[in-house]
Amino acid sequence: MTAFRLVLACLTLLLSTAGQASPGSRLWATGGVTTIDGSAGGGLVPWALLSGYASDREWGGTLALSRLDSDDYSLDVAAASFNWRNRLELSIGRQNLDLDSLVFALKEGFGLEQDQLRQDIVGAKLRLWGDVLYSPLGQWSLGLQHKRNRTFLVPEAIGARDDQGTDVYLSASKLLFAAVLDRNLLLNATVRATRANQGGLLGFGGDRNNDHELMAEASVGVFLNRHWLVGLEYRQKPDNLTFADEQDWWDLFLAWVPDRRLTVTAAWVDLGDIADLQHQQGAYVSLQASF
Amino acid sequence: MTPIRPWLLILILAVTAGCQTPVAAPDDTLYQDLGARSGIADVVEELLYLIVDDDRINRQFRGLDVASFHRHLTDQLCQLAGGPCTYSGRAMRPLHADMAITDTEFNALTENLVLAMERNNIATGVQNRLLARLIALYPEVRNL
Repeated sequence: MTAFRLVLACLTLLLSTAGQASPGSRLWATGGVTTIDGSAGGGLVPWALLSGYASDREWGGTLALSRLDSDDYSLDVAAASFNWRNRLELSIGRQNLDLDSLVFALKEGFGLEQDQLRQDIVGAKLRLWGDVLYSPLGQWSLGLQHKRNRTFLVPEAIGARDDQGTDVYLSASKLLFAAVLDRNLLLNATVRATRANQGGLLGFGGDRNNDHELMAEASVGVFLNRHWLVGLEYRQKPDNLTFADEQDWWDLFLAWVPDRRLTVTAAWVDLGDIADLQHQQGAYVSLQASF
Repeated sequence: MTPIRPWLLILILAVTAGCQTPVAAPDDTLYQDLGARSGIADVVEELLYLIVDDDRINRQFRGLDVASFHRHLTDQLCQLAGGPCTYSGRAMRPLHADMAITDTEFNALTENLVLAMERNNIATGVQNRLLARLIALYPEVRNL
């Protein structure tokens, strides 16, 4: 996976040369981490926060590598983002889902020889109004994620209508100082219009529904101190395919921000049923460098 | 002698009862947790060192009377924290009106304040409580 190696090489270079210029002036962890879609947020849910640490006179960005191992699948994500003046975030993400135990079922049931599902995501997020720390009503952003399957054999076979689609979302984030036992509380709510099946890895639209539907997503996190953020995320999902029911996603995360340049996130993730394999739960780890 | 009318009596009683209600002592917990005025003065001193070294913001403080700035900011934080001080400097909005302070500069100052509190061993929860009160000044400082 060349994208993965490229990001890994850049990430290593970034971290090894760290020490001089600071990545930006926004306060620690206020760029969130990198989601599996490449946008800034938690692990699964995009937040209104823009990536990295660029403030209104600065630019910056992030590189991230993430891996999710569920019972029967493993997902690798390589992502990069650019933030211009804390106004506009541009991101790219490449997802590789190893089908592992589904490979045999696909061959038996559909005669398909496919061991991976691959997808590219290009994202843009515009901060509309407000600042997560300083505005009483928080920060509001409008984002889009254009997703394109690089392998459509399996999604097509199970009834997906398109190999590409665009999600549009509106996000609000607010940090409440000293809100829980004098700890800072981060709240996020997102509404997403989407027709993606399993985030797009199983294509877009289906026989049950082929239109964009509004989905609710939310995160809540508590800063134990400025280096540690612990929280919970929920992502509602559409259910477009008769072939297999799709469930909402959940995760419980812990992010460590030793420095502005580095963030390490670990999470326990519940993805529900995926294709015909049930109760997909597992561990998620993500490494992010900011510049 | 005109007898006092009942409603007047009730009114007088109500007013005097109101006067007798003990005025709640101002909550100075945060002030005490910050180490009272001397603790706050130490934080402000550390903050001044950090500002001088910070190229993002030090030009905004150039030519300042350091001693008077230190006294004013200490009084201001002390008062905000519920302590027995009175900020006697200029109001925030006119003071910053011509400075065109950016978000970058505001963030840099907040960062330096957090670092100054850390270096003075102010507990995380106490830092957060002070920040919660300080961010109310954001629109005045940014002149929004």
